[in-house]
Amino acid sequence: MKPFDYQRATDADSAIATVSRDPEARYIGGGTNLVDHMKLGITEPGKLVDITRLPYDSVESLPDGRVRIGATVRNSDLAAEPVIRQRYPVLAQALLSGASGQLRNLATTGGNLLQRTRCSYFQDVTTPCNKREPGSGCSALEGWNRHHAVLGASERCVATHPSDMAVALAALDADVLVAGPDGQRTVPVTELHRLPGDEPEQDTVLRHGELVTAVELPSLPFAVRSRYRKVRDRASYAFALVSVAAAVEVTDGDITDARIAFGGLAHKPWRATAAERALHGAPATEEAFRAAADAELAEAETLRDNEFKVPMTRNTLASVLRELTQQEGS
Amino acid sequence: MTGATRATSQGPERVEGRAKVTGTAPYAFEYPVTDPLYLHPLRAGIARGRIASIDTAAAERVDGVHTVLTHHNADALNPVGDPELAVLQSDGIDFRGQLVGAVVAETPEIAAHAAGLVDIRYERLPHDSEFRDDANIVYTPDADASPMLSPDLERGDVDTALAEATHTVDVTYTTPPEHHNPIEPHAVIATWDDDGLTLHDSNQGSHLVRDLLAPLVGLDKERISVIAPHVGGAFGSKGMPHGHVALTVLAARRTAGRPVKCALSRTQMFELVGYRPPTRQRVRLGADSDGRLTATEHDSLEQTSRFKQYAEQSASASREMYASPNRRVTNRLAALDVPAPTWMRAPGEASGMYALESAVDELAVRSGIDPIDLRLRNEPEVAPVSGLPFSSRNLVACLRQGAERFGWHERDPRPGTRREGDWFVGTGVAAASFPSLLFPGSLATIRHESDGKYRVEIGAADIGTGARTALTQLAAEGLEVPFEAVELRLGSTEQPNAGLAGGSAGTASWGSTVVDAVRAFRAEHGSDPGEGVETTAGAAGNPDLGKYAMNAYGAQFAEVRVHADTGEVRVPRMLGVFAAGRIVNPRTAHSQFLGGMTMGISMALHEHSVVDERFGHVVNHDLAGYHIASNADVGSIEVSWVDEHDPHVNPVGAKGIGEVGIVGTAAAVGNAAHHATGVRVRELPLTPDKFLR
Ligand SMILES: Cc1cc2nc3c(=O)[nH]c(=O)nc-3n(C[C@H](O)[C@H](O)[C@H](O)COP(=O)(O)OP(=O)(O)OC[C@H]3O[C@@H](n4cnc5c(N)ncnc54)[C@H](O)[C@@H]3O)c2cc1C
Ligand code: SF4
Repeated sequence: MKPFDYQRATDADSAIATVSRDPEARYIGGGTNLVDHMKLGITEPGKLVDITRLPYDSVESLPDGRVRIGATVRNSDLAAEPVIRQRYPVLAQALLSGASGQLRNLATTGGNLLQRTRCSYFQDVTTPCNKREPGSGCSALEGWNRHHAVLGASERCVATHPSDMAVALAALDADVLVAGPDGQRTVPVTELHRLPGDEPEQDTVLRHGELVTAVELPSLPFAVRSRYRKVRDRASYAFALVSVAAAVEVTDGDITDARIAFGGLAHKPWRATAAERALHGAPATEEAFRAAADAELAEAETLRDNEFKVPMTRNTLASVLRELTQQEGS
Repeated sequence: MTGATRATSQGPERVEGRAKVTGTAPYAFEYPVTDPLYLHPLRAGIARGRIASIDTAAAERVDGVHTVLTHHNADALNPVGDPELAVLQSDGIDFRGQLVGAVVAETPEIAAHAAGLVDIRYERLPHDSEFRDDANIVYTPDADASPMLSPDLERGDVDTALAEATHTVDVTYTTPPEHHNPIEPHAVIATWDDDGLTLHDSNQGSHLVRDLLAPLVGLDKERISVIAPHVGGAFGSKGMPHGHVALTVLAARRTAGRPVKCALSRTQMFELVGYRPPTRQRVRLGADSDGRLTATEHDSLEQTSRFKQYAEQSASASREMYASPNRRVTNRLAALDVPAPTWMRAPGEASGMYALESAVDELAVRSGIDPIDLRLRNEPEVAPVSGLPFSSRNLVACLRQGAERFGWHERDPRPGTRREGDWFVGTGVAAASFPSLLFPGSLATIRHESDGKYRVEIGAADIGTGARTALTQLAAEGLEVPFEAVELRLGSTEQPNAGLAGGSAGTASWGSTVVDAVRAFRAEHGSDPGEGVETTAGAAGNPDLGKYAMNAYGAQFAEVRVHADTGEVRVPRMLGVFAAGRIVNPRTAHSQFLGGMTMGISMALHEHSVVDERFGHVVNHDLAGYHIASNADVGSIEVSWVDEHDPHVNPVGAKGIGEVGIVGTAAAVGNAAHHATGVRVRELPLTPDKFLR
C-alpha cells in the first residue's frame, strides 16, 4: 500500500476542484470498495478526499412526486427509509440483499453505484487484466468465469457489475446527478455504466473529478408492486449469479407496463428493454414471461463456466413476474 | 438460528470462555512484545521454475525497512524431511505462491509497501496443476512411507460378484479442493535472543513445533519455547508448522533480539498452509435381491504436490464400514505443481464417506430398499478386513434412534414428488464413522498447590475444542476434588510433552494421560499430599490396542429444499446421532458435533477452491470468493448421542468427537437433494446451477 494524503471535504466546490486538478486524487465514501483496492494494490491514489461530511445525506420527496437520494446516504439508511420501502420496494430489497449489515452501514449511494467489478483476476494484481492494466489481456475470458457476463461483453473484458442497488435503480429509470468543474449534469442511471468494448478500464461515463451528488427516482406509481430477486451461491453475503428487478402494471389480466433489469449478466446493470417490449400488452402467462426472457437473452453469449446463467435468468424472471402478477390480481 | 437440544447443553462451561468473549485471551499475534518488527512474505508468481534474479534495492531504501531476506542472504537450514520448512534454501520454485523472501520493517504497512517494490525475475518451466486421471501424473503411493495410508486391499473376487449381483451401482464422485479457513489466521511472533528462541505461534501442538524446529535451526530443544494457550481454530491447517514459521524464525535471527511478527493474510492462507486435496472416487457396489452387499469396490484418486507427498486414504472408508465378502479398495495419487495438501477435518473420511454413503443411497434407490434398512442389512459382526471384534459399534442404534427422532418412517421414498410452494422437498440419511485413535507419549504433571488446590500441566492444545475444560474435569474427577479446585495449564512447551491436537484424539490421548498421572500422583503422595508436591507421569499402555477395531459412529439426517426455478439449495433441518463412547463434557461435545455438521453443510453446498490451471493458483482466494456457510445457510441442527460404554478404547472410555460430525454430512445433504428433485449430483459442492432445469 502506497502512502497517501487524506482530506475531509467541507464543501463540494473545493472537493471537486481538488480532485479535478490532481489525477492521483480520489473521492472516498464509505471506503468499503476503495480501501480494499488500495490494500490489494489495484489502485494507488496519492490523495483521498472524504465526501461523507458533505450535505448529501438525506432522502427528500420532491413536490412533483420524485424522490431525491443524497449521494452519501448509507445503504442501510436508504433501505430503511419509509418512502423507499413503500413506493419502491424493489430498491429496498436490492439494498438489503447486498453485502452484510456492517458493510451496508458504511456503504454510500454514490460509492455503491461506482463500486468496481468483483472479477477475481481484476482483484489479483498477479494476473493479467485489461480493466486493471489495459492491454495485458483478459484472464477471465478463458479462465474461471462463473460470475462473468453473458450480455454485452467484449473480447477485452467479460466482467459484470456487482451492485444490486444499481439494478433496481436501472429498472426504476433513476437519474444520477453529477457535479463537475464545469457545472452540473444529469445522467440516466442506465447510461452511467459503460459496456466494456475496447476500453474496459472505463467503468462509467464520468470524467475524473466529477462528483455524484444525488440519485433521483421518478414518481412511477406502479413501482409499489416491484420486486428484487437475487440468486446466489449461498443464502446471504454473496454476489448475484443472476438477479432480476421488476415492476409490472397489470390491467384486466394483461401487462400494460413493465420495468425489468438484470444483474450479474453484464458490465452494467442490464435494462431488459426487449423483454419489456415483449411483455407490453401480453397476457400475464407463463408463456409470455418465458418469451420475454428469451427475447432479451437471444443475444446471450456464454463462457466456459456460466452457461447456466441463461436458463437461470429465464426461470428467475418468470418466477418474479408470476409472483408480481399474482399479487396484482389478488 | 441453530437449535440446540437443551438436554445436551450441560457440563461445565469453557474455562477460558469469559476471557475469549471479553477479548482478554491473547492469540498468537496479540502477545505484548517489546519493539517488534513486522514481516511481509514474498511469494512466487510462477508455478514452476527458478528465480533468475531478485532485486531488493528499492525495498531496502524504504524508510523503516530493516531487512529483506531472500535465498541469497538467508541462513542455511538443516534438512528435516519436510520440504515446506526448507524456505529460502534455493532458487527453485515448486508452486505458485511459494515463499521466496520476506521484508521485515517497523510497521506492517511499510513491510507491505516495500514488498511491492521487490523485483523478481523468473526462469519459467512448464507446470502442471490440473487434477485429472492421467498416467503421466498418477502413481501408487508407498504405504510404508505414508502413515495415514493402508495398502490396496483385494478380498475375494469383486468382478465376478459384480457380474452376478442383482443390483449394482457404478458411480464416480468428485470432491473439490477445500481450504480450512479457521477464524484466526496463521500467525507467529519469533524472538531470538540470548535466551534462545521463543515463538508465540498459532498451532495444534507446541511440542511438535519445537521438535521440528530444533533440528531445522540447529538449536537444542531446551533453548526453544513455543507458546500457544489459545488458538482460534485450525482444522488441521496448524497441525504441522508451515513455511511462514521457518521464514519468521530466519528473520528473527537477523534482528538482534527484536521480535518479528508475521500474520498471514487470507489469500496467503490459500497458498501456504495446506488444504483438503480434491478427489475423484469410483464406487462399485453389488448386492443380492435382499440388498446384501456381495461386492464393494472403492477406487480413489487424490491430489498431492510434486515437491511434498501428502497421502490420505479416502477409499479406506470402504474397508470396514459394511459387510461384503468381496472387496477392492485402492488409493492413488496425482502429483502436481501445487501447494502441499494437508489434513483437514476428517482427512480421508470426509471425502471418502461422501462417496461411499452416496453410493449406498444410490443402491437403495436402485433396489427399492429403504436406505436405513439397507444399511442395517449390511451391518458386519466383526471388522470385515481385520476380523477383529469391535470395541463397540452402535451405528444401528444411531440409525434407529435418528429415524425415530427425524420422523423417517413417514418418508415417501419416491424422488422429486414433494413440493411446498416453489420448493422441492426431500430427506436423506448417511452413516458416519471415524477411527478412535490414541497418540502415545504424552506426560502430565499433577501438583498439589495448597488447601486442596491442584495444578495440572500438559503441553496439549486447545484449538477451540474445549480440551482445557474436559481435561480439567477429568483431573478433578480423578483427584476427587471440585472442578474449581483444578487449574489446568496447556498449550506451551513449558508444560510436559504432549501430542498433537489431531485425529480427534485429544480427549483420549491427553485425557488418558491426565487420568493415569492422577493415579500415579495418588500412589506417590496419597490422599493428603503436602504442599507443593508433584508427580509427572504418562499414560499406561492400552492392553486392548490391536485386539479390537475401535471407531466412533454416527447417523446424519438432512431435510433439503431445492428451489424449482432457481436451483438454490437450502438445508432447513439436520439431525446427527452419534455413538462416541463416553461424552466427557456434553456442552463442549455438543459444540464439536454441531461445528462438524455445520462444516459438513458448508462442504455440501459451498466450499470449493477453484484452481486456475494456467497459473496454478486458487482464484477465489478470499472469503468473498470462497464461500463458507453463512448463518442463513444453517437451519436447525439437532445433535444427540447414544449411551455407549466402551471399556476397551482407553481409560477415559471416550472416542474422538471432533471429526465424526463432518463425516457423512455432505452425503446426507446430497441424498436428500436427490430425494427432493430426482437429480443426482455427483460433484461437490451442490450449487444451484446443478439443479436447474
Ligand atoms: C465482502 C463484500 C461483499 C459485498 N457484497 C455485495 C453485494 O452482495 N451486493 C452489492 O451490491 N455490493 C456488495 N458489496 C459492495 C458494496 O456494496 C460496496 O463496497 C459499497 O456499496 C461501496 O460504497 P462505498 O461508499 O463504501 O464506496 P467507496 O469504496 O468509498 O467508493 C467506491 C468508488 O466510488 C467512488 N466514489 C464514492 N462516492 C463517490 C461520489 N459521490 N462521487 C464520485 N465518486 C464516488 C470512489 O472514489 C471509489 O472509486 C460487497 C462488498 C464487500 C467488501
Ligand atoms: S473480465 Fe475484465 S476485469 Fe476480469 S480479467 Fe477480464 S478484463 Fe479484467
